[in-house]
Amino acid sequence: MSKTELNLYSYWSWEERPRIEWPNGAKLAFWVAPNIEFYELDPPENPFRKSWPHPYPPVPGYSIRDYGNRVGHQRQMALLDKYGIRGSVSLSAALCQHHPEIIAMCVERDWEFFSHGIYNTRYTYGLSEAQERAMIEDAMTTIERATGKRPVGYLAPALSHSEHTIDLFAEAGGLYTCDLFHDDQPTPVITRSGQRFVSVPYSLELNDTIAYVVQRMEPRRYGHIIRRAFDELLREGAEKGTVMCIPTHNYQVGCPHRLRAFEEALEYITDHDDVWVATGSEIAEFYLEHYYDDALAAMKVVE
Amino acid sequence: MTNRFLTYDRRHYGMDHDRYKWSMLQDRPSVRWPGDKPLALWINISIQHFPLSGSKPTVPPPGALTMPYPDLRHYTLRDYGNRVGIYRLLRALEEVDATFSIAVSGQLGERYPKLMRRLATSDSEWLGHGWNMNCIHAGAVDVDEERHWIKNTKELLTQYSPHPVLGWLSPGRLQTANTPELLAEQGVSFHCDWVNDELPYIFNTHHGAMTCLPSCLELDDVFVLTQNLHSEDSYQQQIIDAADLLIDEARELGAGRLLSLNLHPWLVGQPHRIGVIRDILKALLNARGDAIWNAGPSQIISAAMAS
Repeated sequence: MSKTELNLYSYWSWEERPRIEWPNGAKLAFWVAPNIEFYELDPPENPFRKSWPHPYPPVPGYSIRDYGNRVGHQRQMALLDKYGIRGSVSLSAALCQHHPEIIAMCVERDWEFFSHGIYNTRYTYGLSEAQERAMIEDAMTTIERATGKRPVGYLAPALSHSEHTIDLFAEAGGLYTCDLFHDDQPTPVITRSGQRFVSVPYSLELNDTIAYVVQRMEPRRYGHIIRRAFDELLREGAEKGTVMCIPTHNYQVGCPHRLRAFEEALEYITDHDDVWVATGSEIAEFYLEHYYDDALAAMKVVE
Repeated sequence: MTNRFLTYDRRHYGMDHDRYKWSMLQDRPSVRWPGDKPLALWINISIQHFPLSGSKPTVPPPGALTMPYPDLRHYTLRDYGNRVGIYRLLRALEEVDATFSIAVSGQLGERYPKLMRRLATSDSEWLGHGWNMNCIHAGAVDVDEERHWIKNTKELLTQYSPHPVLGWLSPGRLQTANTPELLAEQGVSFHCDWVNDELPYIFNTHHGAMTCLPSCLELDDVFVLTQNLHSEDSYQQQIIDAADLLIDEARELGAGRLLSLNLHPWLVGQPHRIGVIRDILKALLNARGDAIWNAGPSQIISAAMAS
C-alpha cells in the first residue's frame, strides 16, 4: 500500500526561520554538484521504469552520456578550477571501476564524492529492503575503496526511491540527503532510527539536465536564471542564511556551446565575498554542529 | 525482484561493451590539422526523402510525417527542401567557397536524378543516409532487409557521387545491433552515428575496425530549432560560442579540435532561416578564417588518424 506521507520532516514556514550564519559571516552557502554517471548500454529491464527511450542499442542516449565522461568532464573541471570551486560529485559508484582516471583527477583536486548508487540505469524501484540496503552499502564501500573516504551524502540513482531509502542510507552511516526539494535551507530529516541526519538543498530547478532537456532552455537563458536565483538567495540570505546548489552533468554544461553561459554565471557568483563556496558535506556538517538541535526543537514547536 | 538487478556482469575497467575503447579526449596524443589551424570545421548537408506512404518506422526520425494518410503538409514541406531549400543552401555555401559533405537518402538517386547531377557538380564527399526516412535502423529490423537498404543506397549514390562513398550517417543517428557489421560488409569505412566524442576514433565490428566520426547532435539544426525550439539567433550564438571555445581550447592545449554542423535543406533552406546560415558561415569562414580548417569528413579522418 502506498502511504500518503513519509513523515521525513514537519511543516515549517519560510517566515519563521532563525538566521543561519555561515562561516565568516557568509549569507549564502554555494556548492556545485557535478554528476558523474555511468549508464549501461544493456541494463536488465526494471519493470517499473524504462532505462532508455530507444530499443537496444540505445545509441543516442548512451553516446551523449559517454561523451560527458570522455570529453565534457575535463572541460567542466578546468572551469571549476578556474573559479576555485571544489566539486561535490554525485557519483555512480561503478565509475570507480570503469573510469578510475576520472576519480583520480577529482581526488587530486580534493573534490568530494557522494553516492549516486551503482549505475544510473539501476533503479531502486522494486528492490526489497535487504536488496536496497545491499546496493547502498555496495556503493558506499566501492567509493570508499576508490577515494579513501566513505561518502556521507546520497542522491538515489536516477532519483529513484523507496519508502526506506533515507532510513537505509542514514543507517549505513550517511549524514545528508540530496533527494528532498522542499527547502532553501538545510533541515533535519526524521529517520526511523533517530540518527542526526539532514537534507542539504540540491536543486532540480537549476539542474542543467532539467533546464536543457526538460525545459529545453537556450544556454544564455540558463546562465541568466542561475544569476537571478543567486541574487534572490543572497538577498534573503542576509536575513536567514540560504543554500544554493548548481547540479551539473558533464554531458550538458560540458558541451562547447553551453560552457560559456555557465562560466559567466560562475564568474558572477564567485565575484561576491559574502558567499561561502563549500561542498555538500561541509554544509551538512556545519549545520549539524551549529543549527540542527535548535531547528529540530523549532520544527517540533511549530508542528 | 530477483538478484539479477544487483548483478553486474560488465562492471570492470573501460566500457561495458566491445565497440570501442575507453579514452578521454584530453589525454590522447594531440591532433594537428593542416596549416596548424586550431579548429577543423565539418559541414554536412542531410538530403532526405520522407515517403508519403508505406509502413511507418517504430522509431520515427526527426521530421517524420505525423498526420493520417495523405499527410500532404509534411510530405510537401520536406520535399520543399529538395526542390527549393537545397539550392538556396548550395548558393550560400558556394558564395563563401565552403567545403561540405552531403548525406543523401538512397532513394533520391531514383527519384531526382537532376538533383543528384547538380549535387555532383559541387565536388563534395557523399555519405549514405539510409534508403529513405521510413527505413530506420533501429530495434528489430530484419537483418536481410537492413543489408538491402545499405547495399541499395550505396549503389545508387555511387552512380552519381564524384568520389567513392565511404561514409554513412544513419537517419536519426540510430543503429541496430547489426548496423556496424552490415556497413563494414558493404565497404563503408566510417559512420557518424555514435556521438560520444568530438574527434574520430576506432569502432570495432566483427569484420574488422572502422572509424566513427561523430556528427554532433546537440548543434544539429533540427535538434536546436525544432526539438529544443530555440530561436534562430540562439542557434547562431550557440555555434559561435562553441567555435570560440574550441578554438581557445585548441590553442591552449596545442591540440586540434573539431566542430561539426549538420544542416537540413527543408529546415534552414526556408527564407526566414537562410540568412542566419549565411551569417554563421561568414562568422566562421571569414571572421575566424585564420583559425579554421574547413574540410570534408575523409580529409578530417585522415588528418586526425595521422596525428
